[in-house]
Amino acid sequence: MSATIQTLEPAERPPTTMGARLEGELMEVSMGPQHPSTHGVFRMNVALEGEIVRKLKPVFGYLHRNHEKIGENTSYLGSMPYTDRLDYFCSMTNNWAYALSVEKLAGIEVPERAEYLRVILAELTRLQNHASLLGFLLSDMGAWGTPLMYAFREREKILDLFESLSGSRMMCDYMRFGGCRVDATSDWMERAKKIVDAFPRFLDEFENLILSNEVVIARTQEVGKLSADLAINAGITGPMLRACGVNYDVRKVDGYGLYPRFKFRVPLGEHGDTYDRLMMRALEMRESVGILKQSFEQIAAGPIMNPKVKIRAFRPPVGEAYGRIEAPKGELGFYLISNGGTNPYRYRVRPPSFINLTVLEDLCLGHTVADVMVILGSVDIVMGEVDR
Amino acid sequence: MTVESLEQIKGRAEVAVPGARIEIVPNPGPANQPSLLIDSEHASAVAKFLRDDPTLRLDFCSNATGVDWLDRTVKKTVKVKKVVDGVEKDVDEPTEEKVPGYLEAVYHLYSMTHKHGPVIIRMRTADRADGARLPSLTPIYRSAEFQEREIFDLYGVRFDGHPDLRRILMWDEFQDYPMRKDYREPDDYEYEPTPHDDVLERAKQHYTPRPQLDGAENITVQRQ
Amino acid sequence: MIGLGILKGMAVTARNFVGSYFEKDRLITVQYPEERSPLPENYRNFPFLPYDGDDPEAGLRCVACKICEKECPPQCIYIIKSEDKKPDYMGKPQFYPAVFDIDISVCMSCQICVEVCPFEAIKMDKVYELSRRERFDALLLRKGELSKSNIYYHSICPTEAAEVDAKLAEAAAKKKPAPPASPAAVAAAPPATA
Repeated sequence: MSATIQTLEPAERPPTTMGARLEGELMEVSMGPQHPSTHGVFRMNVALEGEIVRKLKPVFGYLHRNHEKIGENTSYLGSMPYTDRLDYFCSMTNNWAYALSVEKLAGIEVPERAEYLRVILAELTRLQNHASLLGFLLSDMGAWGTPLMYAFREREKILDLFESLSGSRMMCDYMRFGGCRVDATSDWMERAKKIVDAFPRFLDEFENLILSNEVVIARTQEVGKLSADLAINAGITGPMLRACGVNYDVRKVDGYGLYPRFKFRVPLGEHGDTYDRLMMRALEMRESVGILKQSFEQIAAGPIMNPKVKIRAFRPPVGEAYGRIEAPKGELGFYLISNGGTNPYRYRVRPPSFINLTVLEDLCLGHTVADVMVILGSVDIVMGEVDR
Repeated sequence: MTVESLEQIKGRAEVAVPGARIEIVPNPGPANQPSLLIDSEHASAVAKFLRDDPTLRLDFCSNATGVDWLDRTVKKTVKVKKVVDGVEKDVDEPTEEKVPGYLEAVYHLYSMTHKHGPVIIRMRTADRADGARLPSLTPIYRSAEFQEREIFDLYGVRFDGHPDLRRILMWDEFQDYPMRKDYREPDDYEYEPTPHDDVLERAKQHYTPRPQLDGAENITVQRQ
Repeated sequence: MIGLGILKGMAVTARNFVGSYFEKDRLITVQYPEERSPLPENYRNFPFLPYDGDDPEAGLRCVACKICEKECPPQCIYIIKSEDKKPDYMGKPQFYPAVFDIDISVCMSCQICVEVCPFEAIKMDKVYELSRRERFDALLLRKGELSKSNIYYHSICPTEAAEVDAKLAEAAAKKKPAPPASPAAVAAAPPATA
């Protein structure tokens, strides 16, 4: 972190990104792109009065790869591996969101077994994302990696499942327009069932380790409170919104895929602070385990790919579509405009982490520098998605 | 899907905001998501109506994005009265219409209180150069704050009324607007072993490309 | 009592630490490079070109149709068609690639080239220990390095290779009735004229 104390005349001061003039006693610190706790290359310019944060401006774009322009120059199928690399923790849900948008655009139907497989993989992704997030947040608070390694142990089991199904641990490139690429053998189903059955035991152990710890409670309760009105107006989605008490889960509202068939509850928080956001993720993991158990019972044999869809030279009809799903981080949407050719005319990703960062300044004002890291960790950002 | 159809929403919005010119832009294709095109002067008032109206309550702006349309010619068939074989009839004649280019901002609005949506609204700029200005919807929907900055950064549309309009993804001193269709990349050449298409064209200016067969001249499969 | 949460956490850690000596599930470190975890069959890394038989030039299945080059999203494949033709597994003369390069510093292992190939000529390999000392030419795999025999393909992906072989044998069997017909036609023609 670099620190400069402004003692120049107002007219001589170099332009800062803070907007208004800084007084003599405010110190501008760049919690810069290289930082072990900022979840990627993310920079925050904070103006501090002592330890209290008075202004905070996030700066990003360090991982900007202009994925949307690449999407305009690549065919629809060719963009699928690029969507893996948006939110690189949750590649299966990124694939599903893109496949859903193209299926909406072209009016393609998906066979039932493929829908079950999609739900299973999306909920497994949600499990490993929330577990790693809790691990990372505890590491940011100074827990020296122990909860992170326990979470990663479970994550490795789920990634091994992904590897034996799709060929790659993180960049799965598994969904296709009209179904899935590879079928899951009964062997794979047995392994997945065993892992899901053992998961609640891990969750109990994890909650014992983290959630009643006095240090965690002292550092996260009453820190970073977000009101429901501001959250709705700022377009916050995902566990961060539900921690404020707003009951909005795209799985229940839109009812995409086969989610209307499963019985699951949506956890809601009361206070909207960081501790509630932590608890959201812990409770959502239990609900995901429930959904997985139901889908393992209900899945039946059948085709996994719609036979009418062409793989090469896929040309959807002219039009536009916006498709969205409940990714582990929030609402992930894809907006596609097609002009009848093999490449989309406009390809837009609606990134949940990018929009959840709108309120970062509001959450951190009045808190200390140490709380900034905790609040940022609970927002759950991934720079691949923020910058695209 | 909303409780009201798009025509009803359009009608009520025109009543609530006098002088607003709203059109429905149809969306061909199976997705069935038509949108409302609103003129720039009344867009803020219409958006405020959409957010505050008790039946609609569209309080969640999910996505704000920009689209670039270059000058294009649109082929249309027009019914024209022509004399055919001595009888005056209505004939379908294909005409071409030149549509000047513009930049567009598209907003997807949902409702968290009533759980319906989407209602899609669009705003178009006058042209792609100095007239690329639009009113900002950030005072109404805070979620548009970063997304309008992104539209400004990548497309060059200035939003009047935005609290902090500056580049967000590119660095501050960057000059051009990368997502426009006529954007030309700077010539930052780096050697690449397998160039294709326009990368190959630009690479040819910097070095002589590899010889055509590159050592494979002697490879033929001997078969009698 | 204050501190109870921390004590509960310490109990969990102690259980994990002591348990790692007894339960295999708790000790998960693999001592690479002495031990290597086994790779699943579907694992994919970079592509390779299988060839049938012994001769990598004659048995190469690729006919240089350039579909994989066109569909590859980061455009890392570079193919130049040959001037002459050679017979493929069904006996029909086809072009073959004189130059087939893959730049593995660009390749993102998405497997789209395998999906779109109509001739089963490119498949995914499993080798991942591919570090080199240079950035550009050392990471460009040419046709010689990419051609590996079908026996190697069977050893790395047995079920998939068996399916591919069955499919190719079926396609060749469908073509079989044509050759026996021509000697019969030739045998029928002279008696007709004679």
